[in-house]
Amino acid sequence: MLRDITLGQYYQTESVIHRMDPRVKLGGTLLFIVSLFVFGGYLGYVAAALFLGIVIRLSHVPFRFMVKGMKSILFLLLLTVVFNLFLTPGTVLVSFWKLNITLEGLRLAVTMAVRLALLIIGSSVMTLTTTPNHLTDGMEKMMKPLKLFHVPVHDVAMIMSIALRFIPILLEETDKIMKAQMARGADFESGSIVKRAKAMVPLLVPLFVSAFRRANDLAMAMEARCYRGGDGRTKMKPLVYQRRDKVGYLCIALYLTAGFVLGRLV
Amino acid sequence: MEMIKTKDLVYEYIRRDEEGNVEGLTTAVDRVNLDVAPGEFIAILGHNGSGKSTLAKHINAILYPTEGVVLVDGMDTSQEAYLWEIRQRAGMVFQNPDNQIIGQVVEEDVGFGPENMGIPTKEIWERVEESLKAVGMYEYRKHSPNKLSGGQKQRVSIAGVLAMHPKCIVLDEPTAMLDPKGRKEVIRAVRALNQVEEITIVLITHYMEEIVHADRVFVMDQGRIAMAGTPREIFSRVERLKELRLDVPQVTLLSHELQKKGLALPDGILTQKELADELDRILAGN
Repeated sequence: MLRDITLGQYYQTESVIHRMDPRVKLGGTLLFIVSLFVFGGYLGYVAAALFLGIVIRLSHVPFRFMVKGMKSILFLLLLTVVFNLFLTPGTVLVSFWKLNITLEGLRLAVTMAVRLALLIIGSSVMTLTTTPNHLTDGMEKMMKPLKLFHVPVHDVAMIMSIALRFIPILLEETDKIMKAQMARGADFESGSIVKRAKAMVPLLVPLFVSAFRRANDLAMAMEARCYRGGDGRTKMKPLVYQRRDKVGYLCIALYLTAGFVLGRLV
Repeated sequence: MEMIKTKDLVYEYIRRDEEGNVEGLTTAVDRVNLDVAPGEFIAILGHNGSGKSTLAKHINAILYPTEGVVLVDGMDTSQEAYLWEIRQRAGMVFQNPDNQIIGQVVEEDVGFGPENMGIPTKEIWERVEESLKAVGMYEYRKHSPNKLSGGQKQRVSIAGVLAMHPKCIVLDEPTAMLDPKGRKEVIRAVRALNQVEEITIVLITHYMEEIVHADRVFVMDQGRIAMAGTPREIFSRVERLKELRLDVPQVTLLSHELQKKGLALPDGILTQKELADELDRILAGN
């Protein structure tokens, strides 16, 4: 059961977006998010939605996977809409009991909802089309200038990719320890939250011990294979911009200008 | 020149109690002299705590001798300048397959060593391909290591070492956590490397069946080499092996018992086929 867990939410398929350099996708997503808050007027959002729609189409990922991400923030979305709707002062449209819906409120609620929805869908396009590994690689390369300020960029990226590799292993181990303790009468399922939390303590101790042991073994194995940090290391899969990546950047630039101009218009 | 040479190797570590106070010194390896020629297949046997793993870690310069010298391909392991050169020439495979695979995809893990060595990208791919083919895991190159069996994972680990083009591979109980099928896979891969690629193999194990194909066997006990010789010489001394708390393979045990009962069998029978042939010979003689 725990073995089948997929990390992140990568959707395996073949598309231009999948093959694109993770730096383009990371940068693009970031710019897209910023653009949502910078663009004025409604046409700006139309441009954003259109752009996102085209990207989704190109990514070959079924739309329902994008919407999945929305579910988790549905509550937040509703809350934002309700608060904006009722608590914005301005010209009153409808009024009942102590609550007023104002024109400004309505406008703000709709914009916020659209912004949030586009933001979530936009960022899930990135996570759906990029493997965690690729993402780490992209971040490492993008953050490289930070090395000048003594930020251990390579090390952080290595830590992240090792963590990703060990999550399924540790999950399996948790499962094993849980079963071993359940076989000896431990109860993880009933009782109050406090009681259940307390039951987790004997689970965490062996898990931590084993995680440390694994870390020690892994460090030794890495050293035995000549690992000595990021200096002088070559890459098996180096990130090199292809033509499609340049086209990608160009499209993002085009979208930004178009959205900005359109947003000014209406 | 010897591939591996140890001269009066001693390794001691300080035992501490729970508060960190010194309890005493334990000598894990005690005056060991070992010579391994290039291309040899050496097996080191011993029960738990006999010092065999400690000895293995000296060959890869993970541990340094307290006394004595370890030379790998003529390089002294205690010299820091040789450290990476030694680790590249003498690769090491560990016991737990999960704790030595770094990559999230098989091919990435095999490429980890060459990446660290600063090999150009194109050559890394060539090395990864040839190493995976050598251990018969090429079809799995795009798989996640988490989905492989223990024997397959261990073969990936071997490929990972192989991609660094070592002259010698030290395997520290590579089969201890595997099922019989996985054990067979791994041993077969190791033998092929020894015979085809002529890589020096140091196999550390406590499974007797695995040493049958070795050129020479060393049995360790309490940090010392208690017995040394060809597998046949070792197995012919069943009583001594029992003293050292080692299990003798069933066939060898059976022929030893038959011999004691007066059957004219030769010493140190290693395989079922050998025993069957010998029995045939005796029956035909009568």
